[in-house]
Amino acid sequence: MADEDAGRRLTAAVHDLDARGLLCPLPVIRTQDRVSGLRPGERLRVRCTDPGTESDVPAWCRINGHRIIGIERERDEIAITLEVGGGSS
Amino acid sequence: MLAARVMLDQGVHVEGLNFFTGFCVEGHTHAIRRKDQAKPKRNNALWVAETLGIKLHFIDVVEPYKQIVLNPRHGYGAHLNPCLDCKSFMVGRAYEWMEPRGFDFVVTGEVIGQRPKSQRRDTMPVVARESGAGDRLLRPLCARHLPPTLPEREGWVDREALYDFHGRSRKPQMALARHFGIEDYAQPAGGCCFLTNAHYSAKLEDLWRSRGARDYELDDIMLLKVGRHLRPRPNFKLVVAREEGENRFLRGYRYRFTHLRTLSHEGPLAMLDGAPDEGDLELAARLVARFSQGRDAERVQVEITVRGREPRVLTVPPLPPSEIPAQWYI
Repeated sequence: MADEDAGRRLTAAVHDLDARGLLCPLPVIRTQDRVSGLRPGERLRVRCTDPGTESDVPAWCRINGHRIIGIERERDEIAITLEVGGGSS
Repeated sequence: MLAARVMLDQGVHVEGLNFFTGFCVEGHTHAIRRKDQAKPKRNNALWVAETLGIKLHFIDVVEPYKQIVLNPRHGYGAHLNPCLDCKSFMVGRAYEWMEPRGFDFVVTGEVIGQRPKSQRRDTMPVVARESGAGDRLLRPLCARHLPPTLPEREGWVDREALYDFHGRSRKPQMALARHFGIEDYAQPAGGCCFLTNAHYSAKLEDLWRSRGARDYELDDIMLLKVGRHLRPRPNFKLVVAREEGENRFLRGYRYRFTHLRTLSHEGPLAMLDGAPDEGDLELAARLVARFSQGRDAERVQVEITVRGREPRVLTVPPLPPSEIPAQWYI
């Protein structure tokens, strides 16, 4: 299991999406559009400023089978890292 | 939410679509204003989808939706709300979306008589026809008042288990929600679109009038949701932040507009839209000073940054309230 996780970490590409300044639901729409071009296991880091994204992006991920890896907050900025799931969205 | 739940109850696979027009009320205003910070930040469409256990797809229709707002075939409602055209447009988009993905029909929560313009007995067929969905459009909440649609005729859904709601009362829907154990739900239709709002519509009409053209970009309609809007002269408008949340939001527009802020006192950020001359800039500075903590001071320092130029400072007396006519407020 540990090897499997380590292997996934090594191969997981981390992409960035700058959604700062966008208001709900645009950060989710941009996330949706970006994820549609990624493969399962790839990771996306979404940077945003709308406080609503902190609940919306994880909700969108839960609905569509993606996994939240972490949420970081620094002043007015939120960075959400997600891992693309196996199902289509 | 209820219509989807009725379909799920019949074993139908349902996925949700949410159209982003730029005029959506929820989210934006809550996110911008400090006074709304205590309200839950949930996106209602996401919340409904998660509650029902269905997928949700957002569709950005900002560009194609312009034609609906600018040239509605069926005209506007009480304000600039083109509800009937809007409904046909969204059902049409849903129909286009579903076909290549193997879905069989479109479901809406429409109820005959619920809305004065877009949900009347005579407009229900208009939406079905103009959207292109035809009899692949099912309204489970009032289906029994309407001719059987393809899903009913084919037995994909049980017409007898559909509903016969009609009229403006929401009591039948509330009772059905209770039946399903749904205690929390999003606000009813109409309240979720800025185009049904008189103040917002006035600002949009002012925008068109001042530019001499009925057109808009996404930034334009977003800015109409924020701040005090004043037009002291035909050639320029000021958008003045009302509190810190709006200040922060407007900061994102600094590089696209001439902007003003007070230096000597705490005060709002203001965006200037238009083509001001030197006298207009001084008037704008006096107005911004009026909305700052220096409103009672003799003079206030205001920094003005004309788009693309270096900032400069004007020291001005705040404009007294008696010199701000009510008609300046849009």
